[in-house]
Amino acid sequence: MAANVYAQLVGLAAGVLLLTGVLLVWRRSLAASVRLLSVQGAALGALVAVIGVQHREAGLLAVAGLVVLLKAAVLPVLVGRSVPADAGREESPRLNPTAALIAAAVLTVVAYLVSRPIVGSSPDPAVRAVPVALALTLLGFLLLVGRRHALAQLVGFLVLDNGIAAVAFMTAGGLPLVVELGASLDVLLVVLILQVFSARMRVKFGALDLDELTELRD
Amino acid sequence: MGVVLWLPLGTSVLAATVSLRVPRVARLAGIAVSVVVLGTGLALGAAALDHRVVSAAGGLLRADALSAFMLVVIGAVGLTATWGGLQARSAPGPAALLSAFLGAMSLAVLADNLGVLWVAVEGTTIATAFLVGQHRTRASLEAAWKYVVLGSVGVAIAFLGIVLVYAATRASGTPTLSWVDLVTHPALLDPAVLKLGAALAVLGFATKAGLAPMHSWLPDAHSQAPAPVSGLMSGVLLSVAFYAILRIQAVANPVLGPGLLRGMLAVAGLLSLAVAAALLLRQRDYKRMLAYSSIEHMGLLALGAAAGGPLALTAVLLHMLGHGLAKSSLFVVSGRLLAVEQSTAVADIRGLLARRPGLAVPWLAGTAALLGLPPFSLFFSEVGIVVGAWTAGLQVVTAVALGLLLVAFAALVRLTATMTLGAGSRGGPAAEPDRSAHGPWLPLALALAVVAVIALLSGPFGTLLRQAAAVLGGAS
Repeated sequence: MAANVYAQLVGLAAGVLLLTGVLLVWRRSLAASVRLLSVQGAALGALVAVIGVQHREAGLLAVAGLVVLLKAAVLPVLVGRSVPADAGREESPRLNPTAALIAAAVLTVVAYLVSRPIVGSSPDPAVRAVPVALALTLLGFLLLVGRRHALAQLVGFLVLDNGIAAVAFMTAGGLPLVVELGASLDVLLVVLILQVFSARMRVKFGALDLDELTELRD
Repeated sequence: MGVVLWLPLGTSVLAATVSLRVPRVARLAGIAVSVVVLGTGLALGAAALDHRVVSAAGGLLRADALSAFMLVVIGAVGLTATWGGLQARSAPGPAALLSAFLGAMSLAVLADNLGVLWVAVEGTTIATAFLVGQHRTRASLEAAWKYVVLGSVGVAIAFLGIVLVYAATRASGTPTLSWVDLVTHPALLDPAVLKLGAALAVLGFATKAGLAPMHSWLPDAHSQAPAPVSGLMSGVLLSVAFYAILRIQAVANPVLGPGLLRGMLAVAGLLSLAVAAALLLRQRDYKRMLAYSSIEHMGLLALGAAAGGPLALTAVLLHMLGHGLAKSSLFVVSGRLLAVEQSTAVADIRGLLARRPGLAVPWLAGTAALLGLPPFSLFFSEVGIVVGAWTAGLQVVTAVALGLLLVAFAALVRLTATMTLGAGSRGGPAAEPDRSAHGPWLPLALALAVVAVIALLSGPFGTLLRQAAAVLGGAS
């Protein structure tokens, strides 16, 4: 692959990652969040495939397929399945959209500052895109603390995970396969467990508003 | 010898499968796995004393003196909690999860790969999630949600840290997460990236280890889980997460110098002691009291790790064992108390020594161990940590920590006195005292006896401890 095509493709995939991250912070509708999550997973898979082709690693192409399957299909479907058709259209986040977007901008700047030692003077476009992946990780945190709805928190957790996975692929072409598979399995199980708990919560509390969780305190 | 490393993992999978298939024996699954883990730990410890390092699976699994010691801790605490919490009948699901939990902790300490260590630590969250939420009440659901979300997010930060540690090795041409490679070739690590990675990894595992300020899930989860599970989580899971911090510290310190992680751990340790002391002072629930006491002891471990050096690190490892055994015994007794008294409020339990000496005696003995009264090993390990921190140049931190320890000590004494002392019955005719232990007494007696004598033994155990501390760079 020609160097400038590679750089453009990496830039495109990273751009889609950041764009979907910001849109996730902005949008309130859970159904839209799930679709955005799916697009983000596909962009991550594409990024892995591009890096794999550039470095001529067949293993990375297989991992790319796995990433697309898990992060663009299985996980969004799992989360989307429990989004009720009627409710959840307009959840009321703790942060209003304007404040959330300003926070997202600040976090992106922070990500660029923090990742300077990682980027260093590396000529590899993938390594130069690490700030985007770190920004995505921070946006995941923002979603986790800024949302009240249990499923919105779950989406935040997955964005966080996408960001960390992107850092791994950009800096080192992914982790050893054993770790990669184990980590994917762990994320899948955590999502399944949180789904079961959110279903139990809906039965017990009648809603998925996490502000209802006030029983345990000192 | 490599096959020995597979024993704890294989037994845990087998026990989980069997307890799902044959519900009759499900109640024994946890005990069986604990016995195998303890036996494997002792065998590997003996090998480590001969200066043999056992490895398997192409180097993914490896047991040095430290791994062997941690495996002994997991087995011993596991045996106390599962044997002490033995029920007449146990549902197959929770029994299988308990076996998987013990297996995941064993994998965490046997893995010679920071990535596999991470996968195993996350696995412990997964295995315990339904155990915490087992009672299906509002409170236990809330505790389980917070536990899984905070636990997973915390560990995700650690994952980011591990990814960056991996990235720090890419300049060497052969990127690796193998702990041995990272320690033996410190020159290959890029210091700037490693700094970020190590800090994030320690931060993430500190969440899982219940260090303040990331501790908010701990009292909820540990008070809502069934007693044996609480005993395991408080007694050994926190230590396993702390073991990950110790390993990362051993990788980072030769490259970065001890300053960065020492600062982080000293702050986390002091904050944990402060939070625990403040909340123990106004605690009304005896299970939460035990949970906050765990935060206090994790704070002490953090202080010892911040100090570093052979004395403090040996004391940290001894403290893990002593605290694990004492805390799991106390959680087992707390489960029995809850079953007979139907309340977790300190105020509802009065005059226990007069009314129920069968429960009050182990409770008092366990609390004495937890308070660090001699001859219990926690006395010696606390002295070791304090002296180690003082001589390492952390005088101010140590002085503040001693003050906070004193507050926590007083609070724990007051709560225990409220529960155990005083007249048995208020006004009414004195009932016959209940001398039953309401469950097997032998595991509690064994655990507390071990805590009482272990620090006074030298010989092979002392050598193993010293070797384990030497693995962490505390070579003497």
